[in-house]
Formats: sequence, C-alpha cells, structure tokens
Amino acid sequence: MRIRTTRAVLCTVATALATSLVLSGAPAPTSRIPNDDQTIGHVLNRLGFGARPGDVERVRAMGVDRYIDEQLHPERIGDPDVERRLAGLTTLKMSSRQIAEEFEIPQLQARRTARQAAAKSGDKDGGKREENPRPDPEMQRRANSPLVELSEQKILRAVYSTHQLQEVLVDFWFNHFNVDARKGADRFMLTEYEREAIRPHVFGKFRDLLEATAKSPAMLFYLDNWMSADPEGPHVERQAPRVVRGPFGRPFLVEPQRMARQNPNAPKGLNENYGRELMELHTLGVDGGYTQKDVTEVARAFTGWTIQNPRMGGGYRFEPRLHDTGQKVVLGHVIKAGGDESDGRQVLDILARYPSTARFIATKLARRFVADTPPPDLVDRVAARFTETNGDLREVTRAILTSPEFVSADAYRAKVKTPFEFIVSAVRGTGAEIEDARPLVRQAQEQGMPLYQCQPPTGYKDTADAWVNTGALVGRMNFALSLASNKLRGIVVAQAPQSAWDLVTGELSESTRATIAKATSAPQVAALTLGSPEFQRR
Amino acid sequence: MQSRRVFLKNGAFALVSLGFAPSFVARTAYAQGRARAKQLITIFQRGAVDGLSVVVPFGDSEYYRARPSIAIARPGANGDGTGEAVDLDGFFGFNPRLRPLKHFWDERTLAIVHACGSPDATRSHFDAQDYMETATPGVKSTQDGWLNRYLRARAAAPASPSVGAPGPGSPFRAVSLTPQLPRMLQGSAPALAMNQIGQFGIRGGMGGDSVGASFEAQYAAAADRILGGTGRDAFDAMKMLKVADPARYQPENGADYPRSPFGQALRQIAQLIKAEVGLEVAFADIGGWDTHVNQGSSQGQLANRLDDFARGIAALVTDLGRRMADTVVLTMSEFGRAVRENGNRGTDHGHGNAMMAIGGSVRGGKVYGRWPGLSVEQRYDRRDLAITTDFRDVFSEVVVRHMGVRDPRPIFPGYDVNFAKFPGLFA
Repeated sequence: MRIRTTRAVLCTVATALATSLVLSGAPAPTSRIPNDDQTIGHVLNRLGFGARPGDVERVRAMGVDRYIDEQLHPERIGDPDVERRLAGLTTLKMSSRQIAEEFEIPQLQARRTARQAAAKSGDKDGGKREENPRPDPEMQRRANSPLVELSEQKILRAVYSTHQLQEVLVDFWFNHFNVDARKGADRFMLTEYEREAIRPHVFGKFRDLLEATAKSPAMLFYLDNWMSADPEGPHVERQAPRVVRGPFGRPFLVEPQRMARQNPNAPKGLNENYGRELMELHTLGVDGGYTQKDVTEVARAFTGWTIQNPRMGGGYRFEPRLHDTGQKVVLGHVIKAGGDESDGRQVLDILARYPSTARFIATKLARRFVADTPPPDLVDRVAARFTETNGDLREVTRAILTSPEFVSADAYRAKVKTPFEFIVSAVRGTGAEIEDARPLVRQAQEQGMPLYQCQPPTGYKDTADAWVNTGALVGRMNFALSLASNKLRGIVVAQAPQSAWDLVTGELSESTRATIAKATSAPQVAALTLGSPEFQRR
Repeated sequence: MQSRRVFLKNGAFALVSLGFAPSFVARTAYAQGRARAKQLITIFQRGAVDGLSVVVPFGDSEYYRARPSIAIARPGANGDGTGEAVDLDGFFGFNPRLRPLKHFWDERTLAIVHACGSPDATRSHFDAQDYMETATPGVKSTQDGWLNRYLRARAAAPASPSVGAPGPGSPFRAVSLTPQLPRMLQGSAPALAMNQIGQFGIRGGMGGDSVGASFEAQYAAAADRILGGTGRDAFDAMKMLKVADPARYQPENGADYPRSPFGQALRQIAQLIKAEVGLEVAFADIGGWDTHVNQGSSQGQLANRLDDFARGIAALVTDLGRRMADTVVLTMSEFGRAVRENGNRGTDHGHGNAMMAIGGSVRGGKVYGRWPGLSVEQRYDRRDLAITTDFRDVFSEVVVRHMGVRDPRPIFPGYDVNFAKFPGLFA
C-alpha cells in the first residue's frame, strides 16, 4: 500500500511543483508516481477501462510515468489488433451521405411504397383495413446496422485498443457533446460525427473540437439549429419561393405563404436550443455567467448554420438567407452588424476563451479522472493550464494525470463504474475473446446505458448516484455470472483468472475474500469477483 | 434506511410465523398511524395518439368537416349503437372501443382533460416526449424526469413521518414495467425498470443459490456505504418478491387483462400494489399511435390500439377495486394530431390532446378544460387543436392534491405552479 504511505510527501512535493509551475508557465514535469501494483491497477482503471491479463506487468516494466506519457501520445503506438477487429464493420468509414444512400433511403422508399399501397387498398375497403403498413424487418435491421456497427466499434476499441486513454477521452467528449441517435436523421449521422468531429480533437485544441461539433450535421439536427432562422430575414420578406425539405428530404420549392401548410417544421424563426446548450453544456456551464439575453444573441449569431439536406445525409452549409445580419452582443463582446458565418465563429472564440469555460471543462475532466467531487485546488490548476495553453486538451489532460490528487488515497476507488465501464472492464479482466460484440451492446442497454442513445444533451451523468440502484446492481451480478460461465453468446472466456487479485488489481474486503475462498471453480471466483462491491469501483 | 431494514427483517420473520400474509406490511404501517399510502400509475401513449378520435368532440360540427373519412359518428347516428361515439356529456363521446371505461365515467371516477398539452411548438415525437417526461417544455438539458423529482421531493419532506414502514426507502417505491427506465423516472432517486417482476433476482446456474448467497454476504458486510446499502436493499427486494410470489397471482373482481405486453405490464403493477411492497409510482407505456396512414375510425388501426388500451386500464382499475381509493391512473401522450385528416386517411402531427385521470378521489364524469373549437381560426397554427390547459397544471394538481406534496415547485422548475390554474380534478 505505498499509495497510502507516500501520499503526504508526494502531495507536498507535487503541490509545490504545481504551484511553481503555474507561476513560471514552464512545461509540466512528470510527477514521481509510485510503481506498485495497486497504483498500476488504479492508473489502468482511470486512463483506460481496467487491466487486461499482462497489463500490470507491462506497466510495471515501463514505469507508470512512461505509461501515462505513452497514453497521451497514441500516435506513437500501433493498434493493429483493433484495426483487424474493426475491418469487418464496413460502415465505420462511410460518410453520412453514403450511409443515407445505402441504408436509410432504401428503407424510406420502401416505406413510402408500402404507404401508397396501403392508402390505395384503403380506398377500396373504405379505410377500414386493420393493418398498418409494417416496416419490413429485414429492411429495418439493415437500416439499424450502421448504429449497431458503431456501437460494436465502441466496445471493441474500449476492450482491445492499446490507445486506452484515447478511447476514454472519445467517450468523455462524445458524452460532453452528446447527440442521441434516436432523434430522426441522427441515427445515421453519428458514425461520421464521432469519427470526424470528436475523435481527431481529443488531444487537440478545445476551440477546434467546439467548431467541429458546431458544424456537424449531427449536432445541428439534434439541437435544431439547422432550422433556426432570422424571423425577419429575407426568406420571409422577399416572398420568394424557397427550398423546403420534402418527405424524402428531397428539396422542392414552395411559396412562403404556403410554407406553414406544406411543412409545419420548416424554418420559421429563431430556435434557441443550440445557443442555450452551447453555453450551458458545451462551454460556460450553467452558472457560467450568461443571461437569457446572451442565449438569444448567440442563437441569432448561429442563424444560417444549417444542413444541406438532413434526410439525405447532407453536410454543413451556411445559408445567408436564414442569417440574422444585425449586431449582436455576447457576454459584453460586440459582434458587428453585416456579418455572415463569421458571427458564429466569433461566438465560439468568445466562449472558448471565457474563464468559466476553462473551469467547467477542468471540473468535468477532473470528475472523470479523479473523483465525483474533484478537489478544488486541482480544478484551479487544471483550469489555469487550460487558459495558458489556449485549451490544449493534451496538456489539460496531462495536468490531471500527473497531479498528486490523481494518485492520492482519496482518489483510490473513488469512482463507481458506469455500466459501460463495468462491462468493458469485466471483459478485459477475464481476457475474454469477443467474437460478436452485439451481446455486449445489448448488455449496456439492459444496464441502463444504451450506447449513443442518451436522450438529453447533458450526456450521461458521471457520478455514482446515477448508476447505483438496486436494479442496476442485480443486473451487474447477473452479468458477472453470465460472463464468467460463458453464457454470453459470442464472448468466450477461455481461461478465467485463478485469483481475484488479478481481476481487481487491489485489495478485497474480508467478506469478499471469504466468499471467494468458498468458490469451487475458477468461473465462480471470476463471477464473485466481478459482481463484488470492489469491482464496481475504479 | 436502517430502521426500514430492521422492519423488513422482522417482516420476513412475521411472514414465516403467520404464514402467507400479504397485507402484513400495510397493517403494520397503518397500526402506526401512518396516512394511507397513495399511488400514482402513469401511462404514456407513445407516438402521439389522436385525441380527437379518443374523446370525440361530436358536438363541434367542424370535426366532421375536417375528417370526412375517419371521423367517429355521432351517438345515435347508426341507430344501433355500434360504430358510433359513446355519449359522455352531449358534446364529447368516447371512441366506441373505449366502452370498457364508460363504467368509470358513469360512477364518476374517470375524468378527462381535453385540449391539454405542452406550450412548446415542437412536432417531434422525440422532443415532445422528452418535454412531457421532464415537464420542462423547451428545455432540453433537464437531467431528471418529473416523477423522479417527485420522489426526491417526498423523500426530503415526508407528508406523514412514519417509522419503519416501507415507502420512501422501498426498492419498489418507483417501478417501471418497461425494459428501460423511462425519462420520467430517471434521476437521482432510485427507481426500478423491469420487464417481468419475476425476473428480478440472481439467475440460476453455476450453483445459482450459493452464488447468490455469496453476493448477499459480500454486500451485507461491505464497508462501502453506497454500494453496501444498495446491495442490501437489492437482496431485501428479492425476498419481498419471493414472498409476493408473482407466479401465483390471481386478479380479483373478475378483472380480465389483455394478453398484450401492455395488459401484462398493468397486471404486474396491480400485483406489486397488492403485495404492499411500498410501491408509490408506477409507469407503463403503449405504442402504435402514430397513425399517418389508414387510421380508421370506429374500426381499424387506431381502434385496435384503443381496444388494448381500454381493456388493459379497465382490468387494472377493476382488479385494484377498493384500492383505487388511494390510486390514480393518469394517461398522457406527447401531442395530439392535426385536425384535418391527411391524403392517406390518416392524421399528421398536431398539438393539443386529451388526458385521462381515473381514481377514487378523482372528480370524474366531467371533461375538464376550455374547448377552443376546431375551426381554422380557432386552431393552433391554423391546423391543430389549440391548448387551453398546460399539462403541468394536471401533473402538479395530481402531485399536490392526490400525492400530498405541499410544495410542488421543485418538481416543476421554471413553471409558475399556480393552484388556481389546477383543472379541479380533485376535491
């Protein structure tokens, strides 16, 4: 238990270092993190999704400091196993447009044909037919497959990737900029969204990540900005025919006065949803110091940031006819009248630089890596690092992982695993071979955390209270039993670890040890360990 | 928490010594002078039911003009009582498939709120369901559902303090008979989602019972405050269900539940209520209402869904019998459908809708809410039934007058809860 004994000394040294750092602005040195197995287990649980067989030995050999640095630079290590495992999931590399063309539109067309047929036969029998045109199950399965493949990908990467920290951060930032697949066209937009808006930026600049999400069709659709328009704008005044999305997303022209009749959901006015969530959830935080007036001004700045054609998987486009060209004042900054797409970019500049944003991001990251209520000193230092590096997320993450708080006794097992973290860490710990990841995708759903389907833009909560309840615990114990006894189809545990220590890489309580001592087989040892209170934490 | 656990242990002991005694928990609770526990069962009709075909405004002639092929005929139109609206008050009538519920209207335990809904304009199922379940229309970032906030509000300030009775701490306090916990029940107060109550337990295999006992021992002794406490609750809950014995359940009063998933969900809710395991709020949902094509009228697609809906609720209310004195069943759907039928003999997404409340304390036999009229100028956006009652006025009245919450404001953030705006569903 060196983690406990060295804590006081370590804290003093590292706090002193950190303080001098903030003052001098020098690059962060690596703190001297103990290299005992329990600390290694802790680090593997936090930077990644827990230890796989052999991981502890590997990190022990290279040292924790070097492991952290390696994880902060995934580009320096290969990931051939994951590339091989993902090769069969063909939609992962497709654009939203390709996915729409291959998977979505055929289904919509089939449904339209069925609807027309039903309406016709309805004519014959006076509308008394009992059946509604049911979607063809095979067609529906096909339409769902991009989302299923995306979810399989998430599991496979989390379990097998050597870039564990990157996968943790992709999960974190996706959740920060959450989009729910169940909202209309979003179900085929998330593959591109995660791949192009989130993944490339998790070690990059926050400002770039912010703009990538702001311009992503997935976010524009999810938070309705694509249909936000200047209510006084030229699309109304000129009385000119304009392009509206038809039932298949096909554009067609309608006279403005007929718009309400033709499509009640066509852009009619300002929609504040994105403006509000951009400040409340993506940047400043709910107490970040903005007013309702700021929400409206930000929404005005983003009018015209729209999507070419959502149902067809079209991309981002700036539409001047929807844009409010008047002057805006956001958090005291004046955005001059007559602007165009640049209005929105200026807002992103203002928000990314605002002190509340540094604090909000620092708090959330520290909550993910350290504790539900992160130490205020740590948050201060990480926020300062965010500001002085202009939101360099690699350096901000590094500041947390090399902090004394990160390896403090208070942080040890301070976090309750989310269902996703629990499932993935159990599969990793048992060294299981995933032949088919779909049962694990279903497990995440059954345990209350359906992948890519978190409804509110807040994303899933990252605190224990959200995940600890009787139903969830029973679900976890049953999962532990199924996994350990090879009852999950497609997941093979060839050789369950013989000792509980190998699974938790840390101490077990007397009662947990006593029950495991009574186990009569390796699978029972594994089940009792994976379902134990200790394994629910990281 | 601790006292409840002691109570449960004693309860299990008492059950053993007295034999099968399902009302044991309640009797003990009442003996301690606790007010009788109230229950709320919420039913969500997902997909936007066409309220104009459920509670038919046959007295509004515009209804028949707007719906040449799918309107429900006026009462008496066919002369034989079939295929026509079941008259309620001379202006509104039930869809004939709601006939199983007419009995409750007649005995004045069923009330309707018409032209009710959300002030938000969205016609997206996704967003509108979200708004109805969070009860914060227009605010997407609300993290918890309103029923969960109710649970929290009550946990913070119990209406009638009681020692050792199930209720605020019972693992069955809030149960959803759905695979996933609905948004309405999500939040920091514990709530359970179950497809089948019989499946709540440690599955067999690999020495099933002994492994279950080992898990129980681990959590019983766990120093981990959060996980230990919840783990102990989980095993208590399993025992309570075992005593309730779901497999042997027999509905009472001749209640006949449909075999549909909806009917079975309601049957299990009744079972939990009767098992006296501390159930306070329950949730079930029923889909199939998005009738864009061939909606039908007194027969057809919508009518078939209504048949399942009405027979299920009628069975539930019948089965609960005298317990309905303490129970309210509340139905809702995210928005209504356009007044005019579309080109496919169906209806498109609209705005205002009808809600129903059934319960012994409900002032039933009345359609609440001002009727805005169906002519084009009277419609919302010139196309949909306008809203004259905010759904939060209905929710908050139920929470205050039925469930006994004194201060509903934390449950409905951002809304000016005004008792004067309550529809008056309760005396």
